[in-house]
Amino acid sequence: MSLIEITEVRKSFGANEVLKGINIDVDPGEVIAIIGKSGSGKSTLLRCINGLELIDNGSISVAGAGLLPDELHLKALRLKVGMIFQQFNLFPHLTAGGNVVLSQMVVRKTPKAEAEAMARKMLERVGLGHKYDAFPDELSGGQQQRVAIARALAMQPIALLCDEITSALDPELVAEVLGVVRELASEGMTLLMVTHEMKFARDVCSRVVFMHQGRVHEIGKPEEVFADPKTPELKQFLGMH
Amino acid sequence: MIEFSLWDIVRNLLLAARWTVVLSLVSFMGGALVGTLLLFMRIGRRRVLGLFAKYYVELFQGTPLLMQLFLAFFGLGLVGIDVPAWLAAGVALILWSAAFLTEIWRGCVEAIAKGQWEASSSLGMGYVQQMRYVILPQAMKIAIPPTVGFSVQVIKGTALTSIIGFVELSKAGTVVTNATFQPFMVYGLVALIYFALCWPLSKSSQVLERKLNVAHRNH
Amino acid sequence: MFDYAWLAQYWPVLLKGILVTIQLITVGAAAGIALGIACAWVRSLGPKWLRPAVTAYVELIRNTPFLIQLFFIFFGLPSLGLQMSEFQAANLAMIINLGAYSCEIIRAGIQATPRGQFEAGASLAMTPFETFRHVILVPSLQRIWPALCSQVIIVMLGSSVVSQIAAEDLTFAANFIQSRTFRAFEAYFVSTAIYLVLAILLRQVLIAAGSFIFPRRSGR
Repeated sequence: MSLIEITEVRKSFGANEVLKGINIDVDPGEVIAIIGKSGSGKSTLLRCINGLELIDNGSISVAGAGLLPDELHLKALRLKVGMIFQQFNLFPHLTAGGNVVLSQMVVRKTPKAEAEAMARKMLERVGLGHKYDAFPDELSGGQQQRVAIARALAMQPIALLCDEITSALDPELVAEVLGVVRELASEGMTLLMVTHEMKFARDVCSRVVFMHQGRVHEIGKPEEVFADPKTPELKQFLGMH
Repeated sequence: MIEFSLWDIVRNLLLAARWTVVLSLVSFMGGALVGTLLLFMRIGRRRVLGLFAKYYVELFQGTPLLMQLFLAFFGLGLVGIDVPAWLAAGVALILWSAAFLTEIWRGCVEAIAKGQWEASSSLGMGYVQQMRYVILPQAMKIAIPPTVGFSVQVIKGTALTSIIGFVELSKAGTVVTNATFQPFMVYGLVALIYFALCWPLSKSSQVLERKLNVAHRNH
Repeated sequence: MFDYAWLAQYWPVLLKGILVTIQLITVGAAAGIALGIACAWVRSLGPKWLRPAVTAYVELIRNTPFLIQLFFIFFGLPSLGLQMSEFQAANLAMIINLGAYSCEIIRAGIQATPRGQFEAGASLAMTPFETFRHVILVPSLQRIWPALCSQVIIVMLGSSVVSQIAAEDLTFAANFIQSRTFRAFEAYFVSTAIYLVLAILLRQVLIAAGSFIFPRRSGR
């Protein structure tokens, strides 16, 4: 059975239909890259899976449970699916450790000592064990993004959504973040990532989704999609990259 | 006619200034309390409460404080109680301060980046948890300078209570003027005392603001 | 319990008060903003020796109540030989008050001007004052126009205390009516409502004035 089932999902902002019937099934352990021009609806799709945007039509289910727009169901969904943002969105008033501890304690009601131990473990995992007490404004962009990954991992999600997580980084900081993601992938984490890093998509992902004008235009294994694009739109898109 | 020495005048003004201070404190703290309540109505998810708070703020910011004082004075009188000036003054100033503080604080909550809401949502937090652990701690920090700045408006606002007969610094100024016939000096002194009360607050608001801006640039 | 029958007889009194209030704020806003521009120029670009005086004026006005400023001007200044009518004193107090507040608002607008604007002016052989007058001023005013509008409204509402020196504004009219009819609450209720309407209208007028003075979206 698929871990994430996206069926006929439609979403409009006013008169502008951004998603025009999306179907994707994601198996456990898959790493999926979503590529496409800006405005093709790829970020919106990720945000819908996390319930940050409510879908107008169709259905999304994660591990068999459907996405419903009330607070209880949303919370259940978000405990299963973590999200990493382009702008990191760390909480600036908390330390790196505090960022990772907070949601464990207030959402999962994990006892403090246990949450802190988990936070240390997760910060270790992204290579930032020594930055436990640093505040976000004392960290580089790459470090902040790795803290954000640790923060999401601490909730023990079964899948992670990554929304252009290296786009706001200086070029020399991209590698350290992608390194962490690569490691997660090799450990079997299910990942859905919107990305412009074509090389990374080719090397690490199990499937690539090319979105165009609100639809899944092409989908397949990276070697097929990149080596042998079927549609002129994808050819043109790859030509630009 | 009795002669008044400069010291007599200053002493009388300072004694009355105590009531300016007391009324300012009561108004500011009461206003903060009511303002907090209104703020939660304003930013909460209940539409009716939000609209109520919105119109409350517009009403109190769109009419003269003096009129609010008159209405409190004569309005409470209509209910049948003989209203002492201090009560009307306190009630009106608390309600007036609450409106301004609500608006200042709402601005601070709205200044928090949308990403903070989204990140905390994606971690499974509910509205109350987001407010308590993520949004308000940040909003409160940026709210400090303008809140301190507003306390100056409250102190100056208390001067109007002299018009409904509350005896504070301004009223004392008028009384002393009528006794000494030295309006230039007396009102000059009154102004200086107000300045001594207000200026340190204005200055610290500016300093806090600057510190906050410096801290922000480091992000 | 409430009785508004007096309105039939006393509405001309209210109307006269409204007109005086409008007159006060019209003159007060125009002259006050002009004073504010002059002071903002001194504080940010003007001669250094003049700056402490302007700073002192701004700080003094912003940290004392308008009521005391009014009393000082109306009761205090005559002892220096400066006699004026209630209306003149009221208007002068409003101008001085708005001048100080708008100075700070406009100064913030000037400080937000990109450095390049000053340099471009200088490179075209304009004097610093010409650069200010022709290049800096209008975009600076446009930047802070909403804050300036709010301040003008605050001054208009604050002008209700000029009734205390017997300037015959709207509040004076309300006081007069309540002393004749003994319907204090109703008189103040009606005048409060009128002030609210005046504040809303004044904001519309100022916004319209803004889009007239600043027809283009410059200065952002």
